[in-house]
Amino acid sequence: MCLTCGCSEEDGAVLTDLQTGERFLMHDDHVHPLGAKSTEQGHTHSHGHSHSHDQGHSHSHEHAAGHDHPHTHEHDHDHPHTHDHGHEHTHSHSHDHGPAHSHAPSTLHLQEQILGKNNVLAERNRGWLDGRNILALNLVSSPGAGKTTLLERTIRDLGGELSLTVIEGDQETANDAERIRATGARVVQINTGTGCHLDALMVSRGLKQLDPPANSVVMIENVGNLVCPALFDLGERAKVAIVSVTEGEDKPIKYPHMFRASEVMLLNKIDLLPYVTFDVDRCIAYARQVNPRLRVISISATKGDGLAEWYAWLRAQRG
Amino acid sequence: MHELGITQEIVELAEARADGRRVRKVVVEIGRLSAVLPDAVRFCFEMCAEDTSVAGAELQIIEIPGTAKCRACAGMVALDRPFGRCECGCTDLEWLSGEELRVTQIEVE
Repeated sequence: MCLTCGCSEEDGAVLTDLQTGERFLMHDDHVHPLGAKSTEQGHTHSHGHSHSHDQGHSHSHEHAAGHDHPHTHEHDHDHPHTHDHGHEHTHSHSHDHGPAHSHAPSTLHLQEQILGKNNVLAERNRGWLDGRNILALNLVSSPGAGKTTLLERTIRDLGGELSLTVIEGDQETANDAERIRATGARVVQINTGTGCHLDALMVSRGLKQLDPPANSVVMIENVGNLVCPALFDLGERAKVAIVSVTEGEDKPIKYPHMFRASEVMLLNKIDLLPYVTFDVDRCIAYARQVNPRLRVISISATKGDGLAEWYAWLRAQRG
Repeated sequence: MHELGITQEIVELAEARADGRRVRKVVVEIGRLSAVLPDAVRFCFEMCAEDTSVAGAELQIIEIPGTAKCRACAGMVALDRPFGRCECGCTDLEWLSGEELRVTQIEVE
């Protein structure tokens, strides 16, 4: 537990930099560096507060008294205030006229987008990436469809041509990030804990730590989940959905939101087609029923089939 | 289970707009094509509202049906799931409604 604000590792997602070994605990409004042991005293503690207010007001941060353990405590007062809620105030007016003494109930009519905060942060990520001419892709699939294997292969095949870095998302472990690091690519791991998807705030912090070079490609490997990641814009150029032939061919129609939100579907593990009952045509027909504009590329990330077409698409996105 | 995070956002939005006043009612619109389950939001609401100015507030969910326009023949198509087919056979549909996910009203003391 952090002795300054009392939060525990269970309370937030954890960002790990595989190169430096640094770990950070990510809360909604602040980030803690984590030591090897998060209960350790004598730690450096820096807060990067990110407040989002729709009205200007003052706020104060109070910390429990009695910090008799040695620690340095830095407040980063660079508050990125987000005033744009990404919505239209068509009827946004209040009916209460008096000061706070009136107890008459009043109704406020609003048009507040529930995902507005994430969408604003995603647009900020998009602008940050655009400014550096970085192509970011959001790779989504069920667990086990082959996202990490595809990334390993892509980095090995294109490493000499493109600068590729990776943000790995998983609920637990840095196993996938370790696999990416073994290819020599720069990688950070985000562990979402109980969370089932990456969000724009996590990616913003991941990008800051990753510090990808200009004109490069950032691959964001989302948490293996065909449901929730469909709703959360991360600021990526496109979502790439991966389905493997060891799954049911009806995945696209069972999880239509994800396939509708994606620009490309990679049909992976086609080298296993002789050994499984998987109707490729039916899978593609389901996918097109959900998203008629979906581009489908059949590949084997382990054997190399179809990868030339995937790489051609990737190059074309860099424009 | 993204509804937990969604419901937290609803409570935070209501609390911010109430600006210190107690919230008695929150009205949200959830489109049928939004990939958010109203029942799951109802399930999470009380827990998310606990210890906030939204605690004890009534949650009203207005479900918005999905409608789309066919890109081939411009015909209107009703959608109850995130895909469909126009009478002309085309599946390329422009969604017009059903993706709503917003807080439209709060009642404060």
